Amino acid sequence: MKLRDSPAARIGASIAIATGLYGVSFGALSVASGLTFWQTMVLSLLLFSGGSQFAFIGVIAGGGAGVAAMSASALLGIRNGVYGMQLNALLRPTGWRRFVAAHITIDESTATATGQSDPDEQKRGFWVAGVGIFVLWNIMTAVGAFIGDALGDPKQWGLDGAAVAAFLGLLWPRIKAFQPAAIAVVCAVVTLIAVPLVPAGVPILVAAVVAGLIGWFRHNPDPGHDRDGLEADIEPYPSDAGTRLPRTPRRGERRGEGERA
Amino acid sequence: MSLWFWLMVSVVLAYATKLLGYLVPAKVLANPRMSHVAGTLTIGLLASLTVVNAAASGTAVVLDARIGALVAAAVALLLKAPFLVVVLAGAAAAAGLRLLGWP
Repeated sequence: MKLRDSPAARIGASIAIATGLYGVSFGALSVASGLTFWQTMVLSLLLFSGGSQFAFIGVIAGGGAGVAAMSASALLGIRNGVYGMQLNALLRPTGWRRFVAAHITIDESTATATGQSDPDEQKRGFWVAGVGIFVLWNIMTAVGAFIGDALGDPKQWGLDGAAVAAFLGLLWPRIKAFQPAAIAVVCAVVTLIAVPLVPAGVPILVAAVVAGLIGWFRHNPDPGHDRDGLEADIEPYPSDAGTRLPRTPRRGERRGEGERA
Repeated sequence: MSLWFWLMVSVVLAYATKLLGYLVPAKVLANPRMSHVAGTLTIGLLASLTVVNAAASGTAVVLDARIGALVAAAVALLLKAPFLVVVLAGAAAAAGLRLLGWP
């Protein structure tokens, strides 16, 4: 099967375009937060995880210290480790591919892969979404950083409002049930209480501790609720149409095809 | 200089976390409770980051044009707008309210 005939590759490509485009908002917000062009690019090139990148600049924008920004970013990245385990079990990458796969292990590439049932399609979906987002996200980050630099006063253009909207937009798809909604409200209130009491940036870490403790002690072993809030940001597709094409997978034959996307 | 340092620490930690999932035997981390904590942490952090960016100014809680951005973004999300439109709605609301004289 050619890559362009693969439903998973097509889904991966459309997710890559949609996600890559909002790299422009990251680039613009990052320079508005006070990071330089190259600091912004290093985050997109090397850290490459939208939530953690926004967290880093979000703490800096609020006047927080570098260590607080680092902590928020690292804590938000923990879910990528969980995705890595799932993908390792699904895709079994070997050699250097494993190190590249780790770098592009994010919400969207995981969602594209786990949304497929055929092992070859899982591979294609993962690589097309991951590599596609990496390329577009970085191009659009650079564009956004240039625009942000050219705009002058970021407040006049409402860039601080754009950051608020971006965080709510990242949170929104995860609020699908009562428990995640309750956790979000509790952490929002904890943050408001903590802001006047502790240095800037620290309220986010206080909320993280509260969220972690709730997760640890209110863990429901019922698998139906197990993934509440752990789902990736984007539904790969509205239904499962096209995922169960009748075909005979010939394993190994097209190994690594996705990397050429 | 110091910001570069913490930025590079963040970069290393982010990649190490991702790689850990691929290198550690599944048995060690494949614990439903760990997955659950990773999920609740993500929600808690994003909720907190939303509030800090909407209402905190240093160590003070303030009501300014950013609250308008929060409301506009929520409306856009309720209308199922794509992410980029949500971000633009937030920016437009904050910029518009400032034009009207709100701080």
